Amino acid sequence: METREKKSKKEEIKTNVTVSGAEAVVKCLLAEGVDILYGYPGGAIMPVYDELYKYKDKLNHVLTRHEQGATHSAQGYARATGKVGVAMATSGPGATNLITGIADAQIDSTPMVCITGQVASHLLGSDAFQETDIVGISTPVTKWNYQITKASEIPEIFAKAFYIARSGRPGPVLIDITKDAQFEQFEFSYEKCTSVRSYKAIPELNIEAVKEAANLINEAKKPFVIWGQGIVLGEAEEEFKEFIEKAGIPSASTLLGLSALPTKHPLHVGMVGMHGNYGPNKLTNECDVLIAVGMRFDDRVTGDLSRYAKQAKVVHFEIDPAEIDKNVKANVAVLGNAKETLKTILPFVKENMHKEWLQEFRDYDATEFDKVIKKDLYPTKEGLTMGEVIKEINKASQGDAIVVTDVGQHQMVACRYAEFNQTKSNITSGGLGTMGFALPAAIGAKMGAPEREVVAVIGDGGYQMTIQELGTILQTKAAVKIVVLNNEFLGMVRQWQQLFFDKRYASTEMTNPDFVAIAKGYHLKANRVTKREELENVVQEMMQSEEAYFLEVCVEKEGNVFPMIATGSSVSEVRLS
Amino acid sequence: MSTKNTYTVSIYTENNVGLLNRISAIFQRRHMNIESINSSKSEIKNVSRITILVKITEDQMKKIIGQIEKQVEVIKAFYHSEEETIYQESCLFKLNSDLLIENDEIQMIINQSKSRVININKDFFVLEKSGSKEEVEELYQILKKHGIMQFVRSGRIAITKEEMKISKMLD
Repeated sequence: METREKKSKKEEIKTNVTVSGAEAVVKCLLAEGVDILYGYPGGAIMPVYDELYKYKDKLNHVLTRHEQGATHSAQGYARATGKVGVAMATSGPGATNLITGIADAQIDSTPMVCITGQVASHLLGSDAFQETDIVGISTPVTKWNYQITKASEIPEIFAKAFYIARSGRPGPVLIDITKDAQFEQFEFSYEKCTSVRSYKAIPELNIEAVKEAANLINEAKKPFVIWGQGIVLGEAEEEFKEFIEKAGIPSASTLLGLSALPTKHPLHVGMVGMHGNYGPNKLTNECDVLIAVGMRFDDRVTGDLSRYAKQAKVVHFEIDPAEIDKNVKANVAVLGNAKETLKTILPFVKENMHKEWLQEFRDYDATEFDKVIKKDLYPTKEGLTMGEVIKEINKASQGDAIVVTDVGQHQMVACRYAEFNQTKSNITSGGLGTMGFALPAAIGAKMGAPEREVVAVIGDGGYQMTIQELGTILQTKAAVKIVVLNNEFLGMVRQWQQLFFDKRYASTEMTNPDFVAIAKGYHLKANRVTKREELENVVQEMMQSEEAYFLEVCVEKEGNVFPMIATGSSVSEVRLS
Repeated sequence: MSTKNTYTVSIYTENNVGLLNRISAIFQRRHMNIESINSSKSEIKNVSRITILVKITEDQMKKIIGQIEKQVEVIKAFYHSEEETIYQESCLFKLNSDLLIENDEIQMIINQSKSRVININKDFFVLEKSGSKEEVEELYQILKKHGIMQFVRSGRIAITKEEMKISKMLD
């Protein structure tokens, strides 16, 4: 991230022309290399939309069908490209509708800049039409936010916003602009931001910590790596691979770290966490050195903290100092960008192999295959499983697709079974668990990576939270493949009700509409699969389609996702049924 | 680790609209009560200093400092125990002027408590007292008997015994 900053240091755009604040907004976006943004117009942001109209050759504005969709599309774009996603909305309800996406981007460290219109500055605080204190509301869920009341502030604030959003641990920034500031004329010049004195994007690398970490790693008999999204965000995939290959360490991913290392890599031992793989969860409590790289020990990863990796020495590679010792105490903390810290540690790490230790993971894999995976991927009973759908997608995509998932059972199944050959291929709402994320995020991902196949796997519940974005697909012709795994239940909640609430299925059964008819209403190619023998062909047909395609798969109603670590349990207590 | 202590948090920040909200939200989100809060300029030009008093465990305190320092406009945050700081609170009492004439005790109380009269007219007078929380509380209890028309106490302000390395950081 930082290297890109330095390269662009000299890219100053000094044109000194008199423009309106609204035109300045567009000029700032162009200066930051933005070529696409997602949004929804309204009264307080109209001057900017008027400029977007004039600049439509240079800047593509995608009209989503709801402001929440705009944020998720911007997130999907950011996650697929590594660039900053941009979303725009008007004041009041337009602005408040952004909040879920902003909160999602904050907890999943997604670089995003949101721009909201605001009532004229003389009306601030008067409960004017569509006035809401969006700076106040967004404060706890933004990395930074600011209200512009004078046009002359626009260049500096935009430069700062983009710098803050993309640097260090990325996150969402919101800029609120009063309507009078959009109309105001001023002399425009733009200078990229490369530092903010009160903000340290990347902590200084401590070479002693690196050596100490290397010593622990070199002496370990059973080292175990858990990596997170920090590898993807830091574009440290190659450095990471070299590191684990040299040290020969079995490595597991968090939910958001998936695809940073190809699924088929021999040291890839799966995913940790509540619905992660059996081996990595069990062996977290048997390793002697736990090496966490760009991950934050989320509670869905650790289970009961008091029984988490207590036997192990912990080495934590992390860009955000506030994450050190937050949940798990680190014996050695290596602060910095993973790309740099991993490169630095490499010469200190001894070449090694941990064959027997790696075999322990593979033994657990065999157990998991017998007890869980076989039934999921090669079912013999009637009723389609979510797992076999993912298997067919893998077969058709050859592991080259970007898989965007929503939240719930389908998400866990897709993330467990999807194969990834390349990085930035797994886009999901991890920290916030936002149902409704996938459809708009897939649109953004496809626009960010048009050369790639983008498959959105969504449950019937989450799909209906942002189903209106089918309109965006219709209008933009974004060729996303949408797979709805329909079990007519809010499946994950139902699973918990079955396991922990004696099958009292409170408000989880859904009476669903005809999804195929709805997709057809939006003039999309659409199909439905209810039988196993149809699945392979229809998935192939979908993947070969040049345009967007909607596929509903009616899956078994009461399938459960295993392995599972129940809330409050230790990772050792991961259950297979 | 789990015993709660009183800590003075000193936060050096850029002077921006909304930052106090951002910082207080860090405590609010964790269901922690702020005992007192004060914002003023600092020894460094254009840098504000926020002083917050909280009663939490040291483990919680360390994590909170991390979260505070993470805020873009926070330059540096420190926490200190009671022993590591020299601190004061200030308070004002509004009292009936008749007390000064009719009650001999009042003059003695003012002298003994090292408080001072900062305003006086025929209806009321205002007494100012600076000191530790305990000293302020003690004076409050004494004056209560004579009737307090209004009382207000400031947040804690504190200076640390150790050097704040903040100026060097900004160079």
